[in-house]
Amino acid sequence: MARGGGAAEMTTTELVRRSLAGGGVNLRSLAFEGVLTVALLVALGILAWLLAVIVIGGLPVFFERGTDFLTSDLSANPDRAGVAQGIVGSLMLMGFVVIVSFPLGIGAAIYLEEYARDTWGTRLINTIVRNLAGVPSIVYGLLGLAVFVVALREWTGPGNAQGQSLVSGGLTMAILVLPIVIITAAEALRAVPASIREAGFGVGATRWEVVRSHVVPYAAPGILTGTILAVARAFGETAPLIMVGAVVGGLSTSYEGVIETIQGRYTALPTTVYDWARKPADFAANTYAAIIVLLVVLLAVNALAIFLRNRLERRW
Amino acid sequence: MAPSTGAQPRALIVTDLRGSSARRRREAAVRTVFLAAAGTSVVISLLIIVSLAGEAFNFLTRVDPALLWERGWFPRRDLYGVPTIVAGTLTIAGIAMLVATPLGLGSAIYLSEYASPRVRRTLKPALEILAGIPSVVLGYFALTVISPTLVDRVCPGITDVFTMAAAGIGVGILITPLIASVAEDAMTAVPRSLREASYGLGARRRHTSIRVVVPAAVSGIVASLILGLSRGIGETMVVAIAAGGLGGSLFSINPCGPGQTMTAAMTALATGSDQVAGASLAFPSLFFVGLLLFAMTLGLNLLADRFVRRVRSGY
Repeated sequence: MARGGGAAEMTTTELVRRSLAGGGVNLRSLAFEGVLTVALLVALGILAWLLAVIVIGGLPVFFERGTDFLTSDLSANPDRAGVAQGIVGSLMLMGFVVIVSFPLGIGAAIYLEEYARDTWGTRLINTIVRNLAGVPSIVYGLLGLAVFVVALREWTGPGNAQGQSLVSGGLTMAILVLPIVIITAAEALRAVPASIREAGFGVGATRWEVVRSHVVPYAAPGILTGTILAVARAFGETAPLIMVGAVVGGLSTSYEGVIETIQGRYTALPTTVYDWARKPADFAANTYAAIIVLLVVLLAVNALAIFLRNRLERRW
Repeated sequence: MAPSTGAQPRALIVTDLRGSSARRRREAAVRTVFLAAAGTSVVISLLIIVSLAGEAFNFLTRVDPALLWERGWFPRRDLYGVPTIVAGTLTIAGIAMLVATPLGLGSAIYLSEYASPRVRRTLKPALEILAGIPSVVLGYFALTVISPTLVDRVCPGITDVFTMAAAGIGVGILITPLIASVAEDAMTAVPRSLREASYGLGARRRHTSIRVVVPAAVSGIVASLILGLSRGIGETMVVAIAAGGLGGSLFSINPCGPGQTMTAAMTALATGSDQVAGASLAFPSLFFVGLLLFAMTLGLNLLADRFVRRVRSGY
């Protein structure tokens, strides 16, 4: 009756709009939207909670010790322990990733997108690459353990490292990100319209000439973004490094030559976090501080990728 | 035809269009280089299978088969109860799915169907940041925050900070963005015309979402859940830090107690390096567990792949 009573005072337009919209607010619909919003807010709230806990837990270390935390070596004493070796180790690992997996991955992507015909062999390689990207990272660690640490010990670390050396870790990481590099580079190449290639072929260019001077330059921003994200992924990986023997605990480094360094023992930032996370509570502040360093590097790398994508990407 | 001037032009033959032989040789060489790069990925996958299978076979021939079915995983005492770590893995992956399914799918439906473009542009990158948090960080968060604040309230009278529930929630947070992003992609791929047809019949946004968009995208949504499960099974660091059971574990599927998963068992074996280097079966057992994990995740990924392909062929 309330509805009928209200209707008398309403204009016709209002009435029609009301009945078309289904009679105003529907509680169930509102509840449904509420539930969805809560799901998203919980997910983002956890992120905020996580970041708050880390910042509150770790910042005091930087206030007390300043950059000393960044320049100190690992130590059993929480007041002197720092992440210098972890940072250096992680950066060197990323060097391997860039040197090994970028040329291989981009090359493979160019073959798959530009050269390969649609045969069963090509489809097989595509399927393998996609599935390699889904293999748990710890399995790559086992691969590194079997191949680089044990089988190739003579090359990867004949000295006291016993194969558990920087080069073993670096190559394992490079293999880990290779499928990601291939997939993202292939996507970037696929986004270049066929007309660009046809223009090149039309003036008599060979396939390589078309790829080199037309396709790759246009795909470069996408390839760059994808590869940077692959490096970021590798930067945070811990499990495979533990399998191939990145040092957890103390590390004494006094290597001189390049060969000695890459055949020597190493540690990485996430492995340091793992090691400290298992230590008694007096290492808690250090753990949070190391996580801050890790996240700052990751966020910076990701921001760089997003910046490049927005800046350089073109829409066709 | 252009009018011929002076000498009679020679007829154009295929050789004239081919270019110089040096150019063709270079072309072939470049092609070979790229083919070799692509072949590397095949070699790597073969290496994974060979290295896993070789040592796993070595393990299976040397271990007493009866020990594999013991309830308990204690490599140091040569007790390799595979059901223990498989049960631990499934328990933690199950808890993770309980957390991640509502959060991930809810976020996906909201972002795809409800959020305005502006809200989407701000919230989606935030989810991507969550996806980029390294698992070792979430593991520490699970141990130091989730365990004392959430798990202690749900589990009555527990004394252990290491619980499978904390690890499971941590893994769930980790796979939420993955589920959200794959499911959202599937729903965004549903053509606009289907939604408009539904609105045209007078349906609300809620009905359009549940009865039109979700059924149309169901293959992709199922794929997102399978991928999430696969990722949860293969997740290592959260479990290694927050679930306890470092030295080994009794058979347990109690979320309020510590447990051991396949991945955590592997890191425990690798960090106790004296055990791995020794003559015991610990080293080959690592590869047996790895092979099992590889087979499980590969099976799930292939299954998800089939669902994803069904989406693609749909529209």
